[in-house]
Amino acid sequence: MKTDDLIRAVVADNASVKAPISRTLWLALGAGLVLAMAHFFSLLGVRSDFAHAITHDPRFMFKFVFTLGLAIPAALLVLRLARPDGAAGWTKWFLMLPPLLLAGAIILEMQAVPSDHWAVSAFGSMPVACMKYIPILSVAPFAAILYALRQGAPAHPAAAGAAAGLLSGAIGAALYATFCVDDSPMFLAIWYVAGITIVSALGALVGSRLLKW
Amino acid sequence: MQDRRARENEWSQLMRAAISGDGVAYQRLLNDLSRVLRASVRRGLGGSDLPASDAEDVVQEVVLAIHLKRHTWDQSKPIGPWIMAITRNKMIDEIRRRGRRTEVPIEGMLEFLEAGGQDDAMHAYDAGRVLNGLKGKNREIVQAIAIDGHTAKDVADRMGMTEVAVRVSLHRSLKTLSDTYQEKPAT
Repeated sequence: MKTDDLIRAVVADNASVKAPISRTLWLALGAGLVLAMAHFFSLLGVRSDFAHAITHDPRFMFKFVFTLGLAIPAALLVLRLARPDGAAGWTKWFLMLPPLLLAGAIILEMQAVPSDHWAVSAFGSMPVACMKYIPILSVAPFAAILYALRQGAPAHPAAAGAAAGLLSGAIGAALYATFCVDDSPMFLAIWYVAGITIVSALGALVGSRLLKW
Repeated sequence: MQDRRARENEWSQLMRAAISGDGVAYQRLLNDLSRVLRASVRRGLGGSDLPASDAEDVVQEVVLAIHLKRHTWDQSKPIGPWIMAITRNKMIDEIRRRGRRTEVPIEGMLEFLEAGGQDDAMHAYDAGRVLNGLKGKNREIVQAIAIDGHTAKDVADRMGMTEVAVRVSLHRSLKTLSDTYQEKPAT
């Protein structure tokens, strides 16, 4: 087929235009959130002192500063990386903020808690459950975001997949945080970060295979 | 520089019109684009001793990608960098398929929008093998529309199908063609 012929066929298919990719991604994110919440309530549910802790316990509140602080720039990153001409740009600086805040929180924790108690803080009561449930809770949002990204044209499939993994991992972590009774920033830095990292790495792997166009 | 901006603005306008349903604008845009793309793809691949017919394959691949992914262009931004990114991506794919070192001169690409439309015989080059990826009715429909220049409605009447079915088939075929390029084995 000659290029001019191809153009004729393409023009005849003009009506097939899809919704803008940003809209598709936001819809997918919304659907992913709803599904993840349903998944969370069917598996775990919020801890019994949630209402009190969310208003009175700064360490508990910080878990959401950290996880949502990752989720928001990760969402912006996904929106950017979904396009062929997309680059991380300034969103990567916002992504560095939560780890910096976490480091600050750990320093405060180290001053507030005697050093012979640090190991107890870091290991908490259910470290393995945390690493297990964050990936489980991120499955639904990851699937939704991946589906939307496949409508896009990411210049770097692995990077786009990793960003989708980071976003879903952060969503899974924020949900799990409402159930989890381990609130130390040291616990957060090890087990939450491990859970989110696993999902991001899997995201990069899946992305490099499924997001080529 | 002024030229390039004027051309980009025109392309942006044509694409906006095309996305809201203007087929004439779309035809003009793609004709103009393919001429410029042909020049820049050949220049870009020039260093890797690929035959000119391969450059034309890349042009077709880029045209298909622009078409199938046009909803990823942010209409508030100039269209030039978006087209350039797609072109670069497809050129790198082509070089990788051939097992050559990936060496697409990005700097040269930046000027591609200024490149004149050197018209030559390549627009008539027949990348026939691509059509072989389609089968049966799908192939007949693409051929009738692309090569014989029939409208979807004509084809529908002639083949005893609904116009919608013809359009669905055409769209699916274009996707298949785009995938066919990706799977094209190195020759």
